[in-house]
Amino acid sequence: MNQNQPLVIVQNLTKHFPVMRGIVIQRKVGAVRAVDGISFSIEMGETLGLVGESGCGKTTAGRTLLGLYPATDGVVTIDGHNVRSARGKEMLAIRRTAQMIFQDPYSSLNPRWTVNSIVSEPLRVHHLLRTEAERVERVKELMGLVGLSGRLINRFPHEFSGGQRQRIGVARALASDPKFIVCDEPISALDVSIQAQVVNLLEDLQDRFGLTYLFIAHDLSMVRHICDRVAVMYLGVMAEMGERNELYEHPFHPYTRALLSAVPVPDPQKDRARRRIILAGDVPSPINPPPGCRFHPRCPIAIELCGRQVPQWREVTIGHWVACHKA
Amino acid sequence: MSSLLDVMDLRTRFHTPEGTVYAVNGASFHVDEGETLAVVGESGCGKSVSMLSVLQLIAVPPGEIVGGVALYRGQDLLRKSEREMEAIRGPEIAMIFQDPMTSLNPVLTIGRQITESLRTHLGMDRKTADARALALLEMVGISDPSDRLSDYPHQFSGGMRQRVMIAMALSCNPSLLIADEPTTALDVTIQSQIVELVTRIRDQVHMAVIWITHDLGVVAGIADRVIVMYAGFIVEEAGVNDLYENPCHPYTTALLEALPRVDRRRDRRLKSIPGAPPSLLVEPHGCPFVLRCEHAIERCRTENPPLTAARQAGHNTACWVDTKTRGQR
Repeated sequence: MNQNQPLVIVQNLTKHFPVMRGIVIQRKVGAVRAVDGISFSIEMGETLGLVGESGCGKTTAGRTLLGLYPATDGVVTIDGHNVRSARGKEMLAIRRTAQMIFQDPYSSLNPRWTVNSIVSEPLRVHHLLRTEAERVERVKELMGLVGLSGRLINRFPHEFSGGQRQRIGVARALASDPKFIVCDEPISALDVSIQAQVVNLLEDLQDRFGLTYLFIAHDLSMVRHICDRVAVMYLGVMAEMGERNELYEHPFHPYTRALLSAVPVPDPQKDRARRRIILAGDVPSPINPPPGCRFHPRCPIAIELCGRQVPQWREVTIGHWVACHKA
Repeated sequence: MSSLLDVMDLRTRFHTPEGTVYAVNGASFHVDEGETLAVVGESGCGKSVSMLSVLQLIAVPPGEIVGGVALYRGQDLLRKSEREMEAIRGPEIAMIFQDPMTSLNPVLTIGRQITESLRTHLGMDRKTADARALALLEMVGISDPSDRLSDYPHQFSGGMRQRVMIAMALSCNPSLLIADEPTTALDVTIQSQIVELVTRIRDQVHMAVIWITHDLGVVAGIADRVIVMYAGFIVEEAGVNDLYENPCHPYTTALLEALPRVDRRRDRRLKSIPGAPPSLLVEPHGCPFVLRCEHAIERCRTENPPLTAARQAGHNTACWVDTKTRGQR
């Protein structure tokens, strides 16, 4: 693989879920256009944040990217492998390189498995260590890395708190020595005092192993803290992407502006002085997205063109991408 | 003093197969007429249970209110019968919850659900109740209210359902609205709509609000006063500006330092609080935060610090150590 190439390249990634009607004879009557042609890349060692409101397609994007959902269209390259065409050994290699951390530390761990079985599963699947003794040694090492005592190796998930369970999920993701980890809302189920622990852990592991993250989240404050670059999604498409401070300080897209203005700040005087852009209405259905720019029915600055023509995804300043006619 | 609600030394426990859960351990607080009090804390800190206890909405058993007084306009709510409470809940104190889907009846139209309380509590006939329901839906910003009265909850989005819940809560003109994490399940843009709505209505009808939340950002925008809870104890109480400028309890300080900010560039690693909150199954003695506290002294292990006055008037903290001077209080 070319060292100068980004580790992850996504081009026109699309995922539609069919909408079926009928009980005996099923026919397709439409499609949920969860992800509708998004493109971005992630450099080695970088953290890209993917933000947006519920239903914008960020989780589907993360899963389709790893091939957990078969993509409808587009090309995904991870570490030089084409995810959509990969089969057999090549798929296994991708699975080893690219791992995932899930949102809900309660449902993402098998309740009938011990920590040992959970964390050693990738080792067994990829035949990484031959003997049981070696695997136990490795599991203990992984537990140490995420701040859990190796003595707890034979415990079950229910014996751990939410934060500790998320650490188990991180240890499992690290087991196969991945280069790339999709973190799907890894901290949103945790309390504030525990969130910071997990975020710091993810940062330490990144420094230590040179990991690359796609950090999917809706907490814009945390995303600004942890990510190098941030991409904003709305209704299955990209609205804006840029370096974190550039994006947060000079947002071009009216949706990004509204989103950022809605985030409360823990400082009463500043918070009350902030001008909020209150968006009217709700996010429309992804089955029948609005024509033209998908944001135009809620957009405070929309012009007639926005309802007719899909805005181009273009680079306005270096590294700062936006899809808006008015930008 | 014109306290609308004055709660003193409230203690609530749950008797479960695993043992007794010490959910609320002597909480004292008050809300004045027209004031917005925010109750902040993490899951399991007792913020919801204290409010549910005040309204006698705790299932008994397994729950038990073992002590305390909750004076609402001078009358103790904890001594009232179920029938007397029914006349309080709704017309006097209304409550909205985190998950508007589970709090609405899925098989009744929302028109029916709003008019029900109007007809039982205010004795309105169907026509007046329908007209009032229409006005309420309009007030909470639901478009085409006359068409939507005959819709069912599943036909509304999350934010719209929360608006319906607010309309129902406001239907009998309560003097106090208890909002239990009303925006936690919602997206930020919808959250700001709801916050704006509640503050607008609060100012219109001069209603007091208790806003329960874990989000210190939301609190900054809406509250007049704040109480911070931890493991069933109130650890700090202050005016909103005072709390953020001058947090006294080590837990509050740590919590504020653990938060990244959307309006600032990253300048350091997040300061995390080591460990986890204590198990509520153990009868508390000493300060509940002692094991995670960087200022802890010997006394913190054995003696529970009472809520006492800090530097400014109206600013109380439950801590043996003055974190500024490092001296004992």
